[in-house]
Amino acid sequence: MMRWRFIPLTLLGIALTAGAAGVRSGYEYLLPETRALQDDDFGNPGLAMVDEGRALFQRAGANGKACADCHGTGGERLDVHAIARYPVFDQERKRPITLRERIRLCRSEKQAGPALSYAGRKALALETFVRHLARGQPVAVEIGGPMAAHYEAGRKLFHTRWGQVDIACHQCHDNHAGQHFRGQTLTQGQTNGLPAYRLATGEVAGAHERFRQCMHKLRAEPFAIGSPEFIDLEVYANARGNGLPIETPGVRY
Amino acid sequence: MACALFLLLALASSRFAGADEAGYASWRARGFEIPEPLGGRKGDPARGRAIASDGARGNCLACHRLPLEGLEAQGDLGPPLAGIGARQTVGMLRLHVVDQSRFNPDTVMPGFHRRPERLHRVGKPWRGRPFLTAQQIEDVVAWLATLK
Repeated sequence: MMRWRFIPLTLLGIALTAGAAGVRSGYEYLLPETRALQDDDFGNPGLAMVDEGRALFQRAGANGKACADCHGTGGERLDVHAIARYPVFDQERKRPITLRERIRLCRSEKQAGPALSYAGRKALALETFVRHLARGQPVAVEIGGPMAAHYEAGRKLFHTRWGQVDIACHQCHDNHAGQHFRGQTLTQGQTNGLPAYRLATGEVAGAHERFRQCMHKLRAEPFAIGSPEFIDLEVYANARGNGLPIETPGVRY
Repeated sequence: MACALFLLLALASSRFAGADEAGYASWRARGFEIPEPLGGRKGDPARGRAIASDGARGNCLACHRLPLEGLEAQGDLGPPLAGIGARQTVGMLRLHVVDQSRFNPDTVMPGFHRRPERLHRVGKPWRGRPFLTAQQIEDVVAWLATLK
């Protein structure tokens, strides 16, 4: 009798502990000097990518129109609350659209130019610039309605072991955040700082670039940048950090 | 006739016990042990020690504190390994290194010699290969067994 009464109480204990731990930005796991680098509005190395994106934002496209013509020279007419909600469900296309894809679609529809490559530097620069505008806004990804299936698909990917190393995102980033691996502190793998400047690579990475880098370390065959799998994973990863302030461009190891 | 049968048996058993060209040897756990050495290999503790502290091979050091002079700990995801040879049988040590998920399904420890058919989307350069070969596993196990 005692044994059976004990089990549900134990489970409840685990559930409460997990909830109490809460979501934490990767920023909280950084060394003080790395935090200072991110906070420095002149020294943050990710800001070069923001500047690159701003220049593209202001440059006229094939039909003579620039993003800035509709959205303001510095993007001031963009809704920062809307930026924090990406990926969002697109009723017309019947699938989630990431911020980077929204920018690509907007460019090919409104500027009549060739589509930007999803994996190209220009799309990454524009995404970094636009998300930077929403710095401080809490991440607010919708996971109900038509997004539920994509959130669930992303959750499943997050829990699937990959590659020869045979580890899922979940094992490190849910179970071992705060512990150490190869001299680094494992974080929860939150995405609120993305696109972020990585000290390890010296480059800015968005969600899909970061997923690829992780899968490569697991000796797995990564999905393609812009693939439906990575879009679902981005839905889950961003929603997992709902409420965290956007830090773009974050500085991370 | 008897000779042919013997040859066939010998072939069959070597297929089961030996490692394939990628270094994988099939294995069977009994309880929480793999009692038999993988592929019938004999481990060398000195080689095992080198593999354990090598970032490109075993890389035990990434997560475990090792009782080795002059090596700084890099991680604490796994328990310290000092004295592990006194706490575990050789068969248990072997299963820990080969497939830690037999002890803990949610483990973060890589499967160093997991069954290839349970792996997903292994990248091309590593496809069909275990993380460590049967010989390397035996070397690491031999070294761990000396940690008393």
